[in-house]
Amino acid sequence: MMDESTELSVSITQIVQRLKGTHLHSQLEKQAKECLHKPEIKLETLKDDVRRVLKASGWERKLQNAVYRELHVLPPPGHPRAPPEHTKEPLAYMLKAQASWEKRILKSLNSMCTELGIPLARKRPVMEQKELTNKWNEMGTDEPDLSNFRPVYAPKDFLEVLIGLRNPNTERSDDLTVKSHWGLIQVSLNVHDIPQMRETYAELGLSYGQLGIDDHTHVPPDLFESEHIHIGKKVVSEQDSAAAQQYSRQGCPTGLRAQLWSLILNTTNDPEDITHYEQLKARVIHHNLLVDNLIYKDVKLTASNDDYYFVFEDYLYQVLLCFSRDTAVLEHFNYNSASPPKSSIQSKSGSEQCAVVYPPNGVIPFHGFSMYVAPLCFLYNEPSKLYSVFREMYIRYFFRLHSISSHPSGIVSLCLQFERLLQAHLPQLFYHLREIGAQPLRIAFKWIVRAFSGYLSTDQLLLLWDRILGYNSLEIVAVLATAVFAFRAENLMEVTSLASAEAVLADLSTLKVMPLLQIFLFATSI
Amino acid sequence: MAGKVKWVTDIEKSVLINNFEKRGWIQVTDSEDWNFYWMSIQTIRTVFSVDTGYRLTDDQMVNHFPNHYELTRKDLMIKNIKRYRRELEKENSALAEKDDSGKYIYLDFVPVTFMLPADYNLFVEEFRKSPSSTWIMKPCGKAQGKGIFLINKLSQIKKWSRDSRTSTFVAANSGKEAYVISLYIDNPLLIGGKKFDLRLYVLVTTYRPLKCYMYKLGFCRFCTVKYTPSTSELDNMFVHLTNVAIQKHGDDYNHVHGGKWTVSNLRLYLESTRGPDVTNHLFDQIHWIIVQSLKAVAPVMNNDKHCFECYGYDIIIDDRLKPWLIEVNASPSLTSSTANDRILKYNLINDTLNIVTPNAEIPDCRWNRSLPKEALGHYQVLYDEEQALSESTERDLRSRSGHSLGSKSTRQSGVRPFPATWK
Repeated sequence: MMDESTELSVSITQIVQRLKGTHLHSQLEKQAKECLHKPEIKLETLKDDVRRVLKASGWERKLQNAVYRELHVLPPPGHPRAPPEHTKEPLAYMLKAQASWEKRILKSLNSMCTELGIPLARKRPVMEQKELTNKWNEMGTDEPDLSNFRPVYAPKDFLEVLIGLRNPNTERSDDLTVKSHWGLIQVSLNVHDIPQMRETYAELGLSYGQLGIDDHTHVPPDLFESEHIHIGKKVVSEQDSAAAQQYSRQGCPTGLRAQLWSLILNTTNDPEDITHYEQLKARVIHHNLLVDNLIYKDVKLTASNDDYYFVFEDYLYQVLLCFSRDTAVLEHFNYNSASPPKSSIQSKSGSEQCAVVYPPNGVIPFHGFSMYVAPLCFLYNEPSKLYSVFREMYIRYFFRLHSISSHPSGIVSLCLQFERLLQAHLPQLFYHLREIGAQPLRIAFKWIVRAFSGYLSTDQLLLLWDRILGYNSLEIVAVLATAVFAFRAENLMEVTSLASAEAVLADLSTLKVMPLLQIFLFATSI
Repeated sequence: MAGKVKWVTDIEKSVLINNFEKRGWIQVTDSEDWNFYWMSIQTIRTVFSVDTGYRLTDDQMVNHFPNHYELTRKDLMIKNIKRYRRELEKENSALAEKDDSGKYIYLDFVPVTFMLPADYNLFVEEFRKSPSSTWIMKPCGKAQGKGIFLINKLSQIKKWSRDSRTSTFVAANSGKEAYVISLYIDNPLLIGGKKFDLRLYVLVTTYRPLKCYMYKLGFCRFCTVKYTPSTSELDNMFVHLTNVAIQKHGDDYNHVHGGKWTVSNLRLYLESTRGPDVTNHLFDQIHWIIVQSLKAVAPVMNNDKHCFECYGYDIIIDDRLKPWLIEVNASPSLTSSTANDRILKYNLINDTLNIVTPNAEIPDCRWNRSLPKEALGHYQVLYDEEQALSESTERDLRSRSGHSLGSKSTRQSGVRPFPATWK
């Protein structure tokens, strides 16, 4: 193990390395040079004076936020002698499972390609480019024939893979934790129990004010709310990512949420972000990809039929098509257990084959993928802004929901967390459901994979995602899934089949997220 | 307890019938004794016509005011609003204040509108002031987008008046029918790049004194066709025409979600993207224009005590978040296009009945319908003139018809111009 100071210096080196050559870096340099002409800069105290100027002009805060952002996506430094794939995933069997899952997806994609005789990518003829440019804002009016396309996979298929996961190092019969576990996930990972969570989620406790809870026993709601909004405005004006993240734990006021989230995510929407988006847009216009059809199909199957999100259909295309072309997304594979899929294409000369990442961002969309973007459309009405917030949300959180890994926010941990909590606190319910063939995870999995997008009403969903951002973890999603079962436990005890259990849990749009979480975490007897 | 309510309807809609049956009411035909008649606007005409001489008794109730068309016919609504403004102006009311360009500051809530053919010359004068604007033609007596089209050249209107005689442009029209022509709101607020209008339900139980309720579960109706502001070519005009027709959604128009988005979605979106202050202001403005439109017709409305009415208000919001009253429907569609729609309309009827026939008892039109908040369901009191009067300490109240209450000047202090009763 490394001691703390070496770890710190490794992190610092890494971050300095990453920020070198960024736009921020050159901006800071430029500012520093410019301020040299100022009279208050003295040669004797040059370093301190320049620092003071950078601080006063807000550039220091920008640097802080950038460092803070890097800390979020930077994997904790591993052992110096550990192989590089350890930062992707330390457990070999997880990596292997992910690799074979990827192989399956890619095979399915390739066979669709062959079956339909559609190339993976194709340059659009000039006329088509013009046409697409003209209807960029109304791509939803297009009704291409997508009947031959099917989603590459659905959450259901993915769940089967997770159920099949085994740790080769433990004989099943010896592993007591697994044996006594009633759920579907057969591997052991370190998940939390309620006492541990009460510490982690202290701000959700009964004595704290919360946005999303109407009746406060300790703090009068109006008082809390106006005070909270007041603080929120201050956080926004200070432009401090870390403060915004802490603040978000008690919920973001509707009017400040868009600003707070982009502050937490450090998506600044600088001119270069806008340029980047425009470049991606140009790539969409120049080339047609097979995955475009999958994106179209997914939006048509999900968001277009959704009472909350159908309005934003066109925005979803504008974001998702650009996303598929964004090679900057590839960077997240440094810390994602997944690896970008490669396809071989014919080189221009036609003679040799070469392998390229396909789609360019390395992410193959699956059924429901567009629901990661949909709720954000309520917050940002500018496509480039919407885009950068979504991309950052994806490379921080959402990728974990469809990659096999042992990460605490990874889908396997969330599923196991859900099952363990349910078994520990609602054993009768779990037992009953299992007996009638309604394994709880079979119902909850779809909620978890989408972080509840499309299941909760939007206002409630945003309150949930406030906490994901605030605690920088998806764990709360698993807790909510358990809390939903707890809330409907009485009705669920009466059902006698999977179908009727599903019916009891079919409509979550009336649920109030925060009371459910609070009661489950802080009022459950342990 | 008197017996059960005997009901009749000439609108065979399940959301109505289920609500009547739920109350244990008894269905009868219109030739028998009835207490409650939910009727179409065609029927109301005969019920109150001089010839049939129908005399309603104290225990009978109908869902329309006899001359509801003062509000729900496009031309008459405009006429009444214009008259209302003039009267306020004559009274030197602060509400009738105008800005430097001569526009009403508080009463400019309907797009500039003229009757055709009667006001043709006035229209031409206005058209020439801003020749690049687009105008929308609507037949006065038709609903749901029938016979609507857009023009942006005077020649088009001349062509129309020629053609309408031979009925080629709007085949169904007789050619003699009156039209209104209104300035087209060409800068509508777009959400997700799409145009929409608002449908809000408002219940009036009496006009003098005015008492009205706002239904909280209104919705936005989105165009399925993209909004394109260009009207330079006739082809483009037809895109607009489709737009409007779809937006006005004929009763049989149906999509998966019906193109409908709840008002709570709208609020969440606006608060998130524009902030709570402008959002609250917008909704206050909407409430304000609804109350003003009702006040405008109150003096001419036959305030028959057997009547109540549930109106469908159509409102368009422009990109500066100013709401515009487009029209008011006397018989908002009770057809349900989606499951949510059915629930909404069932609840709408249910909550309406709970207010007009409390406890599902036989109506008694002498009732003073003051109900506790809990009995209002999804309704909230929008304006209660009686209460406002008693609260008001204004000197210049005139008892004539109640509409002069509008001369309160609280508007200037930036607060709501009438005693807010819905909060």
